Amino acid sequence: MITIDLNLFATLSRHLAARESAFEIKENTSIKELIAIIGVSPDDVKLIFVNGKKEGLDYLIQDKDRVGLFPPVGGG
Amino acid sequence: MGAPGGPKSVETGLGEYEGLGGRAMTSAVVAKEVPPLCHPLGADNKLVISPGLLSGTAAAMSGRLSIGCKSPLTGGIKEANSGGQGAQMLARLGYAAVILEGKPSDDTLYKIRIDSAGVRIEPDNSLKMLGNYDLVAKMNAAYGSKVCCISIGPAGEMKMGAASIAVTDMEQRPTRHAGRGGVGAVMGSKGVKVIVVDDAGCKMRKPKDPDKFKAANKEFVAGLKKHPVSGQGLPAFGTNVLTNVLSEAGGYPTRNFSSGKFEGAAKISGETQAELEVSRGGVATHGCHTGCVIQCSGIFNDKDGKYLTKQPEYETVWAHGGNCGIDDLDAIAMMDRLDDDFGLDTIEMGATIGVAMEAGLAKFGDAQAAINLIKEVGKGTPLGRILGNGAAVTGRVFGVERVPVVKGQSMPAYDPRTVQGIGVTYATTTMGADHTAGYAVATNILGVGGAVNPLKPEGQIELSRNLQIATAAIDATGMCLFIAFPVLDQPETFQSLLDLLNSFYGLSLTGDDVTALGKSILKNERTFNQHAGFTSEHDRLPAFFMKEKLPPHNITFSVSDKELDEVFNW
Repeated sequence: MITIDLNLFATLSRHLAARESAFEIKENTSIKELIAIIGVSPDDVKLIFVNGKKEGLDYLIQDKDRVGLFPPVGGG
Repeated sequence: MGAPGGPKSVETGLGEYEGLGGRAMTSAVVAKEVPPLCHPLGADNKLVISPGLLSGTAAAMSGRLSIGCKSPLTGGIKEANSGGQGAQMLARLGYAAVILEGKPSDDTLYKIRIDSAGVRIEPDNSLKMLGNYDLVAKMNAAYGSKVCCISIGPAGEMKMGAASIAVTDMEQRPTRHAGRGGVGAVMGSKGVKVIVVDDAGCKMRKPKDPDKFKAANKEFVAGLKKHPVSGQGLPAFGTNVLTNVLSEAGGYPTRNFSSGKFEGAAKISGETQAELEVSRGGVATHGCHTGCVIQCSGIFNDKDGKYLTKQPEYETVWAHGGNCGIDDLDAIAMMDRLDDDFGLDTIEMGATIGVAMEAGLAKFGDAQAAINLIKEVGKGTPLGRILGNGAAVTGRVFGVERVPVVKGQSMPAYDPRTVQGIGVTYATTTMGADHTAGYAVATNILGVGGAVNPLKPEGQIELSRNLQIATAAIDATGMCLFIAFPVLDQPETFQSLLDLLNSFYGLSLTGDDVTALGKSILKNERTFNQHAGFTSEHDRLPAFFMKEKLPPHNITFSVSDKELDEVFNW
């Protein structure tokens, strides 16, 4: 198992606490699999940030990664 | 305002300005009629106030007002854009533009009333140095509570570079501002404190083809509701939903642009703000003008549940928050209220306080000290006069190197090193650093209108160019810029916008015509700026963005000067 800092923003925080700073998952889990584990529809996730970088659904999560997931949002 | 014997009003036909509105109108009039080398606060400058082409109609989102002039902050052309009730009312009264010209011969302060009986200009020195809130209360007592006030606070009267023009919202509060570039100082230089607009007895403007117009509006609204940003994200959390996004992306300018990630982001985020507002009996979903269906605003009450200010926007929360190391929403809301009351641009003031903190006038994170600095501006003390003239002046007076401005105007809430597309817009727009001039954040960060890597220079020039052209055209329609989220992603929503214009005016515009309109506006603005002394060397970011690496990505701005010079080479 590896431990990640998982952050769900805006409407996604309904699915889990907004922040799980020590969320445990199996090694070699992809973002897509993570989303399934926490019970979010992939259609609801628009922005994926890992350690400040934009990543895709296929990104394989590493130990100690900070993962931030957002639904579609905008402003300005 | 400088007519012999006192100010006079004249009504004329549109002539060569026929078919223009909003930013297309303000920039055309300024480019043609204002000498580019005039003093911005002199008699030769003009303040042009223009509703958009669709303002005053039944079209959703059509209530944006453009205010143009030569800017006392940048020395170039300016179009500042505001919500509130002004655009709908002026358009229903039948005015395509209100232009303030000349300058009174003494320091008499005037109010202007515009209603179906015409225009009256009346001296009223009892209004001197009133804050916008007291001023509006006084106007409501005199003229009723269905008017719109377009006004300046003490900052405008003191002709400060950060002075805004306030426009009242649906609740008669001066919360919507043409904020940027010191437009309030130009209004102050004309001796005008307030324009009271009353559209009583006026009907909505009638389209040439009512059936097609109605159908187009229905399709347009459906498009806004269908898109997740305009239909869900903005209504629920407002613009401040971006705090977490930009901090997560490492593009959130923190403590005067010294870091890209703010540890206090969650405490001042849109999510937290919406929850706080609702818990205090405020509102988290609210429109700024009649006809708004996105409803990105809200009402912010204080700890006792009493109205304090409207929901502070993302830019404001950033400027007075993370940019100053402050993570207290109540303090930020208080600064928003003070800015609105004194008539100040929240972006310029927050950036200025960030520079002042860097200079040692206050400590980063000290909210009370930041509030006190804004109060200095309202009082017009010598320190307040410096701060009220913006980040560039403040940086120069206090010897600060890290001053985040372009053409003398401070940058908003996106660091150009980690959102390189917006850096291109900051550098090259005619307006001085301005995110709304070509919102590359949408494509760099938010995944709207495609995807361009925010950390690399590739693709940013074309992105910024296309967005600057499209934005100029949208700013001519009177439409809120947030329609761009669905319009960029949904071709049918773009088509319905065209259908609205075509059925209203009996035209047959295509996408190419809209692009041509955007280009013509930018050309007017570029030409004015060139004659005002701007060269390609002014289309640059401050040197520190090319030298200081921004954590956490530890990169600099890497779009070359040569590339920047290609933005307007279409």
